[in-house]
Amino acid sequence: MFGADELVFTLPHVVAGTMVLSITAYVLLAGADFGGGVWDLLARGARKAQQRKLIADAIGPVWEANHVWLILVVVMMFSCFPAAFAHFSTELHVPLTLMLVGVVLRGSAFTFRSYDVSGGANQARWGMVFSIASLMTPIILGVCIGTVAAGNIPMDVGTSRTFVERFVSPWITPFAFSVGALTLALFALLAATYLTIEARSADVREDFRKRALSAMVAVAVVAALTLFLAKRDAALVYHGLTSGWRALLLIGATAIFALIASVALLTRAFQIARVAVGALASFIVWGWAWSQYPFLMPPDRTIMSLAAPRATLMWTMSVLIVGTLILLPSFLYLFRVFKSVDRVDVPSDSPSSLDSTHS
Amino acid sequence: MSDLLAARSQMAMSLAFHIVFAVVGMGMPALMVIAEWRWYKKRDPVLLDLAKRWAKGTAILFAVGAVSGTVLSFELGLLWPTFMQHAGPVVSMPFSLEGFAFFTEAIFLGIYLYAWKRISAKAHVAAGVIVAISGALSGAFVVCANSWMNAPVGFTVTNGVVTDVRPMVAMFNPAAVAEVIHMMFAAYAATGIAVAGIHAYALLRGTLRPAFHRAAVQTALFVSVPAMLLQPLSGDFSTRDVAKRQPIKFAALDGHLHAGPAALVVGGWIDERNLTRKASIEIPGAISLLLKFDSKAIVPGLDSVPVADRPPAGIVHIAFQVMVACGLALATVGAWSAWRAWRRRRGSGVALPADRTYLKALVVTAPLGFIAIEAGWTVTEIGRQPWIVQDFLRTSDAVTPMPGLIVPFLGFTLLYIGLAIMVTYLLWMQILKTGITPLGGHQPPVVSETTEYNVRR
Ligand code: HDD
Ligand code: HEM
Ligand code: HEM
Repeated sequence: MFGADELVFTLPHVVAGTMVLSITAYVLLAGADFGGGVWDLLARGARKAQQRKLIADAIGPVWEANHVWLILVVVMMFSCFPAAFAHFSTELHVPLTLMLVGVVLRGSAFTFRSYDVSGGANQARWGMVFSIASLMTPIILGVCIGTVAAGNIPMDVGTSRTFVERFVSPWITPFAFSVGALTLALFALLAATYLTIEARSADVREDFRKRALSAMVAVAVVAALTLFLAKRDAALVYHGLTSGWRALLLIGATAIFALIASVALLTRAFQIARVAVGALASFIVWGWAWSQYPFLMPPDRTIMSLAAPRATLMWTMSVLIVGTLILLPSFLYLFRVFKSVDRVDVPSDSPSSLDSTHS
Repeated sequence: MSDLLAARSQMAMSLAFHIVFAVVGMGMPALMVIAEWRWYKKRDPVLLDLAKRWAKGTAILFAVGAVSGTVLSFELGLLWPTFMQHAGPVVSMPFSLEGFAFFTEAIFLGIYLYAWKRISAKAHVAAGVIVAISGALSGAFVVCANSWMNAPVGFTVTNGVVTDVRPMVAMFNPAAVAEVIHMMFAAYAATGIAVAGIHAYALLRGTLRPAFHRAAVQTALFVSVPAMLLQPLSGDFSTRDVAKRQPIKFAALDGHLHAGPAALVVGGWIDERNLTRKASIEIPGAISLLLKFDSKAIVPGLDSVPVADRPPAGIVHIAFQVMVACGLALATVGAWSAWRAWRRRRGSGVALPADRTYLKALVVTAPLGFIAIEAGWTVTEIGRQPWIVQDFLRTSDAVTPMPGLIVPFLGFTLLYIGLAIMVTYLLWMQILKTGITPLGGHQPPVVSETTEYNVRR
């Protein structure tokens, strides 16, 4: 029943592994954009406007590209594991719909705020929608992941259940919500850490350093809580995370990177902190993936058993490889243009307005 | 409202919403990059300002396109899980290729919109070209996925299980060529004429910056006119294709109710229950003649299949006529524009701002491209009913078991109405900034064409 200890490399496993990598990219890139929204909501103090401006400038050019990682995961899911996709989107209809509302509101409110020239009150309203949606969406994303990982939506249960039994109870669990909270804390940590590097004034950098540290505390607390709840409610996850040397290695790496990141933040070694926080987030994602391996739909459907025909997997992987060869240089170029400080030619921490008129 | 109807309505509403932004995402990059290229060659600051103004509008529209597209990717599973379970592996190719087209589009659009000052002018134009190409490609790929639903190939069904999947065959299905060409022309025609109409409106109302709006009309028509002229040809190709591939869809769009020689039916409406037409003008045998070069040739009618296999012909017929009417109107304006351009080049004719009849014609035709697109998709999608995958899977068998689907349908409808209002308002504000006389009649505080903005490069 429980997670296998042997890693197997077959085509379906390679595809599943690629999906995990795409999710990792989504967390590291788009996660930080959501986290930025959270810090927009929590902006306070004398430099409130500067903080918001920095966040908006950091997200503006990149969020749409970062967001495509999620679409890629969805496409790989329905192409390569169609039965899993059909099942998961049926049983999680309610939370997925809520998440979509969050995605829509986050993206459009962010854009409306940047382009609304009608003045402060309206911009503030859009800012509010943007930041609340940024808070809500990661929580629901985490809830969906937690529900799947815990094996709460098994594939062959009959349909003779009430609406609530089938479509609500499986995901309204303390464990799922703690995974949601962990996702949110992690996204906030990523954002705050990246922003220490992007900040162009020492004060603002210090603001985000403090925020990163508090997010780190939140991640640690919620992670511990999640593990505790897993022991109670999600035996599969708990077992996957705690047994076998690979699992212990993953947990150990997570802890070590959390430590390195904290020390780096305390000593203001921001570049190191960024790398360490990225590694921490990646190891959390990989820990989740490992905890449910070899099942794609816990508790009993494996990656192998749900895979699409071989021709589809081959073609999809070929597209992914060729696509990645185009994609990676493009992303590097994007980040080189926008994320390297020496190329920034706008004095940007000015509190003037959120309308970053990029002309 | 039944759950099936709610699911269909939600899908239709989401797609009808998304397509507007998707089309803009295909057309606007072409317009922007042509304006910028002309600036690069001529160094006329008006052209650079034009590219920048258009870029702002595009940024708003692109964001809404991206979020509404994300909703669609999930909705395929949320509403039609059975469809995706069977079709997912087969249509995987266009969707995964589309994913990468989205990536390059979003990456280079980010660069295009936000890096005016950070990269060289040449690199900037190049980024715009990449956006235009990947926008066109993402449209083409997703239409390939749709054409597969009309002409499903590349798999075998044995005992109800999909086997022998050939993703490349599925992607290049027999319907793909006609649909992709037709969609491409549609996107450029619709975006171009809509933009030209908006700027023509500014010229009509009076503006302090006629040169700006004139350059805008010219650039937009440069993209739109060839597409508007070619679209009826492409439509003819599509129609013949449908007649071969989906004879019942064809019967519905023509209003051809009984198998036999087919008439060209104009106007009127169809009583589906009694299989009769009302108040329509008919040219007997004309469709048979057009299709088979023989006015007596037998064409399958709606009655060639059992009632359960018939699409709602009334809607399809009306939608088709709306599309064709729009197409003919657009082609007329396109021909007029080409003729004007030719005369101007030879030194005769009236300059744009003075030719008010022509400007009025542009304003009136401005929305027709988008109306034709919505109508055309209605023909394609409703004409395919009751099938979600023609002859293989029924829409009613593909729907999710989730009850109460009217709630998400109403929710998304309200959300999208809100977004539409907001987008319209923001775009209108952007347009006013270009120095158009607002409806109240007060002149906006625009100083003059050359000092209103400063070119920073
Ligand atoms: C600017 C937009 C536009 C214009 C002017 C036209 N169309 Fe169109 N038409 C579309 C935009 C469109 C579309 C929205 O893009 C569709 C939906 C699916 C597709 O491939 O293109 C479409 C579909 C579509 C179909 C159904 C294809 C299918 O189901 O596979 C036919 C038969 C036609 N068109 C025929 C015509 C004819 C005879 C036109 C004569 C002028 C015409 N269209 C003008
Ligand atoms: C014929 C119909 C369609 C066309 C021509 C089309 C084309 C496009 C284009 C050009 C874009 C670029 C972004 C933009 O303009 O805002 C886009 C965005 C998007 N579309 Fe569509 N689309 C269509 C239908 C669909 C469908 C059915 C789906 C879902 C399965 C879908 C999913 C998406 C997604 C996920 C995005 C966002 C990409 C991003 O984040 O940049 N589209 N579409
Ligand atoms: C963007 C332009 C499009 C528009 C305006 C559009 C319109 C519609 C409409 C009106 C329906 C409802 C039909 C009915 O149930 O009576 C529908 C259904 C559907 N469409 Fe499209 N469509 C578009 C493009 C696409 C594309 C590109 C795809 C596939 C990739 C697609 C996939 C579907 C599916 C899966 C359904 C639901 C099942 C069905 O009713 O057959 N559509 N669409």
